[in-house]
Formats: sequence, structure tokens, C-alpha cells
Amino acid sequence: MSFKAGGAPPRAPLSSRFAGRLSRMSWVDVVVAAAVLVLLYLVLQVGQGTTVRFSTDQSVKVDTDPSRLPYDAARSLLRMFVALAASIVFTFAYAYAAAKSRRLERILIPALDILQSVPVLGFLTVAVTGFIALFPGSMLGLECASIFAIFTSQAWNMTFGFYHSLTSLPRELDELSRSFRFTKWMRFWKVEVPAGMIGLVWNGMMSFGGGWFFLVASEAISVNNKDYALPGVGSYAGAAVTDGDLGKVGWAILTMAVMVIGVNFLFWRPLTAWAEKFKNEQSEASEIQRSVVLNFLRRSNWPRLLGTVLRPVGRVLGRAARVFGTDDRPLTVDPGRRRTGDITFGIVAGGLILWGLVDLGFYLNDRTGLGVFGEPLLLGLVTFVRVIVLVAVATAIWVPIGVRIGFSPRLTRVAQPIVQVLASFPANFLFPIAVWFFLKTGLSINVGGILLMALGAQWYILFNTIAGAMSIPTDLREAMDDLGVRGRQRWKRLILPGIFPSYVTGGITASGGAWNASIVSEVVTFGGTTLTATGLGAYIAEATSDGDFARLIAGVAVMSLYVVGLNRLLWRRLYRLADSRYAL
Amino acid sequence: MALKALRKLRTLGAPATPTGPAAAVPRAADGDVLLETVGLTKSYAGADGELPVLAGIDLKIRAGEIVALLGKSGSGKSTLLRCMAGLIPASSGTVSYRGEPLTGANPGTAMVFQTFALLPWLTVQQNVELGLEARGVPAEERARAAVQAIDLIGLDGFESAYPKELSGGMRQRVGFARALVVEPDVLMMDEPFSALDVLTAENLRGELMELWESGQFPTRAVVLVTHNIEEAVLMADRIVVLGSRPYGTIRETVEVGLDRPRDRDAPAFQELIDRVYRIMTGRAKETRLSGAGAGAGAGAGAPLRAETVESAESADQDKRTVAGTPLPAATVDGLSGLAEMVAHRGGRCDLADLADELGLDVDDMLPQVDALDLLGFARVSGDDLVLTEAGTAFAEADVQTSKPLFAHAATEVPLVKLITNSLLQRPEAAVRAGFFRDLLAHHFTSEQVERQLETATDWGRYAELYAYDADRQEYRLDEGASFRT
Repeated sequence: MSFKAGGAPPRAPLSSRFAGRLSRMSWVDVVVAAAVLVLLYLVLQVGQGTTVRFSTDQSVKVDTDPSRLPYDAARSLLRMFVALAASIVFTFAYAYAAAKSRRLERILIPALDILQSVPVLGFLTVAVTGFIALFPGSMLGLECASIFAIFTSQAWNMTFGFYHSLTSLPRELDELSRSFRFTKWMRFWKVEVPAGMIGLVWNGMMSFGGGWFFLVASEAISVNNKDYALPGVGSYAGAAVTDGDLGKVGWAILTMAVMVIGVNFLFWRPLTAWAEKFKNEQSEASEIQRSVVLNFLRRSNWPRLLGTVLRPVGRVLGRAARVFGTDDRPLTVDPGRRRTGDITFGIVAGGLILWGLVDLGFYLNDRTGLGVFGEPLLLGLVTFVRVIVLVAVATAIWVPIGVRIGFSPRLTRVAQPIVQVLASFPANFLFPIAVWFFLKTGLSINVGGILLMALGAQWYILFNTIAGAMSIPTDLREAMDDLGVRGRQRWKRLILPGIFPSYVTGGITASGGAWNASIVSEVVTFGGTTLTATGLGAYIAEATSDGDFARLIAGVAVMSLYVVGLNRLLWRRLYRLADSRYAL
Repeated sequence: MALKALRKLRTLGAPATPTGPAAAVPRAADGDVLLETVGLTKSYAGADGELPVLAGIDLKIRAGEIVALLGKSGSGKSTLLRCMAGLIPASSGTVSYRGEPLTGANPGTAMVFQTFALLPWLTVQQNVELGLEARGVPAEERARAAVQAIDLIGLDGFESAYPKELSGGMRQRVGFARALVVEPDVLMMDEPFSALDVLTAENLRGELMELWESGQFPTRAVVLVTHNIEEAVLMADRIVVLGSRPYGTIRETVEVGLDRPRDRDAPAFQELIDRVYRIMTGRAKETRLSGAGAGAGAGAGAPLRAETVESAESADQDKRTVAGTPLPAATVDGLSGLAEMVAHRGGRCDLADLADELGLDVDDMLPQVDALDLLGFARVSGDDLVLTEAGTAFAEADVQTSKPLFAHAATEVPLVKLITNSLLQRPEAAVRAGFFRDLLAHHFTSEQVERQLETATDWGRYAELYAYDADRQEYRLDEGASFRT
């Protein structure tokens, strides 16, 4: 064989090839076109509702007629997707800045770490007041506050993931980009984003699942002794609960389930299946994601047609973005200038932070005195005990079940999608039923609160245990069978070490989720009855509804402290141990 | 046919690269200096400041030649290539392209990667177009150029395939097409064939050389990084042999005057391979003995005769230090395997032949050869590896008896000796690995330190001199030690 040249048959121009395809436009294309049209129409219709006039002294009455549910569901969905879009934009900007600037990185990454541990729900008040002031007389302020709440539950995780993929870009891809003098724009869109795409999609899916919880929590909220409500499934359920109408609560739960499953089927599954193409061939996984919807879309002509429309746009953008320059790094850096820059940056950044801290200190001192931290610190201990009990009990229950499921491929196939949906189903939706149950049985909310927190948090442990059990190689299990290792010894020698890394991931997520959930689980209402537990979550929830900012800040700060402390002292160590000893 | 396509590619490339070197500067005539390094050193941070990996490299790449950078792993050959491509900064000295010192990525080079570095989410054609797209070549024009390059390199019909659908050889063809389509002055090849199987590599090498000999190769010069001696002799006009101890210097430059196409079976070819091989192994000892201080100036001297090196070797045995005697990355299994094989062949055998029989490159066996030498189990004599008395005994012993023999030899190895002696001072106490890590950090980069300790741990464990607790990162004397100094 030798390098051959020429002789290639003349290629048909692209346009004529498309014409050929288009003439065979099939029913698939018609269905896809109709679906897109309907979707556009819905978004426009539903979107109009967000700019409805609204004033703060207007009392809100949510209509709980079940026929309104589809519209409410659409409004909720729109919020979720707007928040997702915002998260993606934030992810790109923040992660890029942190990965490219050595100086910014030192501030941005620790800040992200803290933001991740801050109980988002505690800040809802601040967000609501702020956004209402931003859009006076319009529903858009409330809308933004709700979207902001969802955004804060999604963005950190995605940003961390993307930052990680930016900084761990394979060396040869970095060298490829610089050796061939890619523009910065090309490097970002052709190398860096695709390389991080799988992580982005999976993180997005997980975060989106977590976002439902915040959607429900943020649609109906009372701030500063005022009740606000946005049309949505969450507020519908809230109103149904206030009425004590379990039937309508049931309708809301059903709608929620349909939404969670529907979005998963129509959006995330196709997306994860599509992301398969970004897999680097070296890391070929055994399990390939498939999606009926994606296959359907691929059979239609629309993606190709969309491509011919969008490609020129991409070209124009690419040409315009040449102003950002070439992906190159100067070979020589003046150490003097660099040092001066570092020092200037350090002084400015340090000064700003110090100024903020001092200001905050004075504010708290003027309002309540710095002793305001004492009460939440003590209450935090109570909630801490709840979190520990929750994680321990959930572990005892779900680890054996998860292992059982993970070891059986048949069970896994059935159980995994169910668990996935359960994990993203907003637990606060089920609270009314739980409270009704507490009221019937007389169970104290101090104990029942654990149950409420567990409703959302436990699934992470189950989910990750299944994944861990699946990752134990079959030949190890066969070797253990062969050697007659069973019972206690098998758990001690094979199963527990095998699932440990996955379990730790689940544990971190569960414990973080439980802290956040405590804000909505320690104070619950059902049909005029309010149950309040002793704990930091209840403290923050009360400060929120009273509009007491000093106590709110203290409560949120202390909770962040607990979360960060627990992560540093326990989970991170376990993580390292898992990484060095038990990685399979 | 090939020539016609190339000419088309040429004419297309020139106006299409307004910012590229081809448009700015007229093409170099044969013999013009394209790339030049003067006093190039590259070092990485260590405990006492900078630790050099490359030192005092003076090298010129001229138009019309293929230069091979040949060396063992760790000799800094890839680092040198990346310095010349402007991908990593030199610590001192200069790299210039056509007389201009580099300030960033070299505008006149394009790289072919060992691991292909194809973007798996783009088709073959899109991958090939990347370099032109970066230069702002309009879409239609770059599609035409890419298709021609794809045809040229024998990838016809694969334009719309994704890299993961291709075999390794086809993937590397994409790598070549991608680099050639931008018509760089110098094509930089970083071990381009080493990830391919033997047959595929052979085929691709042959095709590439055919294209080069036709005089229509769209680049003016080629720099090839390789650890494969035969590949270097087959392809290069000039072989630059890099030494690795104590750091990368140009050990010798060998001109390859053989006519192309080169015949592997020709005596001259074989002779040259043997000569390059001697340079790679023989001089290794010379540099080591001369200590860390010298060596920097060792440019293109005459090859040292292996015999003289050998006699100097034994006299200098006890002056070996941890710094001057790094442990090769050889496991006990690997080195005893080699010893046994040599013993089977009567205690002496030609290394190149042995490698050939095993289907390995000679240089794949160098760590094991170095290890046997370091332990006093074998000596390199000319092209042959000769087992010593101790080596023969070790090779013929069974598992239980081989341990004390190995232990005896290992205690003469500086790092193993250091660890053992440190432990013997307080036999009941453990010593943290960090202690040795700090000591080694004065002479090695952190990566090298880890590799040194890894080997020392493996050897010490096998010899039952000491045990290592990976959780606590501590060394302890082996309780059932079979042998103590």
C-alpha cells in the first residue's frame, strides 16, 4: 500500500445531497416539527404569565382547581429550565475564570467550596426581597427569586465538575491546541467544552434532580410576615396543604411524578445518550446510554437541517471571536511584574474581604450583639444529631438492599430508574402526608423531623450503594465463592471495601442534603397545624419568616460551619481513604 | 498521482495562509537553518532549587533533513522537542525559528503525537481541518485542502468517520494529515509509531519515507523523537543521541550516510545499529562515573570504547552515591527474568539479538540491564550482556536461595543501603518514607523520587531487608530478615 492521491470521484455538493434527503421527508420529520412548534407555543404562552402585574401588598390566593395543574406544571418547568440555562452560563464563566487565572483561582475555588455548603434555602428571603425591589410591580421579581433558588442548588456542583475537567484536560489536547495555534474561541468550543461534556451533562442531570426540591420550596414562601406565591406545582401543593385537602395534594404529587419522569425521558436520557459521542475512546465504558427519543430524532432530517442553518452562524461567530486571540502562553514571564501583580491582587482582594467582614460584624453588633451566634451553635448540635442518626439508619437499611440490587443485573435494570426518579422527586412534596401521619399517631416532630429529612436524603445512599455493588468485578465475587467466603466474612472482606468509595460519595451528598432539608423539615404545617422541632433548621426558618436578618445570617453562617466542619473532619478523610485504599 | 495532488495542496496552501509562515517568509532552501537551540537547559523544581532534565543542548535543524532525537526514557528527548515547538519554556538558553527567538508556540512547526491526540467528537475531515480553521481559512477552501491531504495520506473514504471507528494505524494517518495540511516548515513527530503494532508501524514508516524521498513532502524538515534505534537509523539523516545521567545532554551525533531506500539487512545498516546501541549503553556508565558535575559539556565527542568504561567501572564501585546512582525502573521479576534468559544462553548473549527474539525493542530491556549491572549481576561488554559469578548463581537459584543472594547484592545499591542502615540504627523504630523523600528531593524531581522509592521498596521487600507499610508510609526492618549487613 502506498499513499494514494487524486482519483477521488467528484463529490456531490452538500446542498444537492440535502435536497435528495428532503424529498424523502418522512412522518418522523412531521412529528418532530409538530413537537417543536407546540413546545414553542407553550413556552410563549406560559412565559407571558411571568410579567403579570403584581404588588407586594396584594394578598395571594392560589387557585386549587385541579384543572389548573397543567398550566402550573408548565410554569414550574419553565422556571427549572431557565435556572438550568443560567447555571450553564455561570458554570462556563466561573469555571473558565478560575481555570485560566492563577490569581482568581485562589479566591474562586475556596469560595465555591463554601457556597456549596451554604444552606441555600436560608438565603431565599434575601433573594426574594432583593429581586422584588429589582422589578417593582411585576411578578418577574418573585419569578427571579425562585429561579435563583433553583440556580443555587444546581450551579456549584456543575461548576466544580467543569472546572475539574478544564484543569485536567489531557496534556496532548492542550499541546494540540497550542501547537496548531487554535484561537481561544476554538479551544473552548472544540476542545474544552466537548472534553467536559459528559461530566457537564451528568452533573446537570443530578443537579436538575436536586432542583425540584428548591422549586417546591421557593414557589410559595412567606417572608417578613408576608406570603408570596407563584403559579406552579409547588404553590398549588402548598395551598392544598393549607386547605388540608389530601385529594388535591394527591393530584399535585401525581403531576410532579409525571413531570420528573417526563423530563427524564424526553430531555435527560436523550442528552446522556447523545453525550456518548464525547467519550474518549480510551475510557470505553461497558454500559452505553441509549434513548428512544434520541434515536427518533436522529432518524429525522431536522438535526441535519438545523446544522446547515447553524453552521454559518458558528462560522461568523468563530471569525468574530478571533479578537480574543490565539491560544498561546508566553514562554517568558517577568518574575518582578508577576510578583507585583500578585501582591496588588492580594492586597485588593484581602482588603475587600476584610472590609466586608468588619462591616458585617458592626451590623450584627448594632442589631443584636455578637452573642447572636450562641443560640444557633447549640441548636446546631441538635440538628447535627439528627443528621447523624439519619445517615446511620439510612445506611443500615439501604446498604444491604442496595448491595442486593447491585449484585443482580436483573434487579438493577428495574430498580435503578425508579431510584433515580425517587431521588429527584422533591421530598418536601410528601411532607403533608407525613405530617398528617404524625398528627394521627402523635409522633413528636423532634423525632419525625429525621424522617422528613430522610425522605429526600436517603436515596443518595441507596443510589450510590447500587453503583458501588455493580462496580465490584464479577471475578472477585466468583473468587470469593470459590474460596467459600460468605456471610460476615464476605461483607468484611469484599462487599464493604468494594462499595466504600461509592458509599462515601453517597454519604456526603446525603448529609449535605439533610442539613439543607432541615430548614424545611423542622417546621411543618398541615391544615392550620404547625409543628416546630428544636433545631437549627427551625431557627433559620423562623428568622426567615420574621424577616430577622441578623438571626438569619447567624443561623446560616453557623449551619455552613457545621457542614464544612463535618465535611473536613469526616467525609473528606473517608474520601481520601477510599481513594488510596479501596479504589477498584 | 501523488505528486499532482501534492502540487494542488501546495498551491492551495500558500495563499490560504495569510498569517502562516509560508506566506510571510519564502520557503527555505536546503541547508538553511530552520530551528536552532543554543545552550538550552530545562529544569524542574526540586528541594534545592532547580533540577535539570536537559543541559547545554546546542542543536540546529536544517531544511531538507530528518533528525532523530534518540534516547532512553527520561533522557529528555520529548522535553527537547516541546521546547523547540515552543510548547514549554526553556529554563535558560534560546530556541529560535529562522533566527527569531521564540516567545510562544512555534509558528513553523506542527506536531504528530504519540497518542494521536485526535478529537473524538470530530470526524476525520473536521480533525484534519483544525489547523486551517485556526488560521482563518474559509470553509470551502479548507475542506478542499483537507480532502486532498486525506487522499494523499491514504485515508480516502474515511472522511466522515469518527476516530474511534478507526484502527490505530488509520488514526495516526489522521494525525499526519492534520499536521501536513498546514504545511509547517518542520514536522515534529513525538514517537509517532510507538503506539502502533509492529506491522502497522512498519507500513506507515515505509509510506512516509516514500513520500519524503519523492521530494514533495509538504514540510521542509522533520524532527523525530524515538527510543527505537532501528527506526532512527531507518529514517533519519542525523541521529542525536541523548544521554540520561545525570541529565539529558547530547551524547553524540551520528550522521547516517546510507542511501535510501535503506536495506535493513545490509551490513552497513546493522553496523550502524550496533554503533548507536553502544553509544546508548556504553556511555551510560561513563557519565555516571564522572559524577554530577561534569557531563554538561559532553557534546559530540568520539564514542568511548566500552572496554575502557568497564575497567574504570569496578575501581569506582564503592564511590557510588544515592544521587549518582539512580535505581532503574526494573522490578525484581523483570530483572531475574532477564538474568535467567542470559543464563540459558550460556551466561553471555548479544542484547540486540535477545531483544529481537523476544519481539522487543532493545531499549525496552535497558532498565533491566541497568539493574543487573547495578546489582553486580552482569556487565555490558561490547554488544553483549555477560553474567558475573554472582549473577549466574542468582539466575540458577530457586526462590528461597535466590533471596539471600539478591539481598547481598541489593545492600550494595546506594538507596537500598541507605534505607537499611537508617533502620539498623534503631532496629525497633520505623522510619517514615518522608525522611527518604526529603533526602532524595535534593537530587531528583518529585516524580523521580516516587519512582526511586518504589523500586527501592520492591527490591528491599523481595530481599526481606525491610518492610513498607503503605498506609502509614513507614519503613521497618523485616522481622524475619534472612540477611543483615
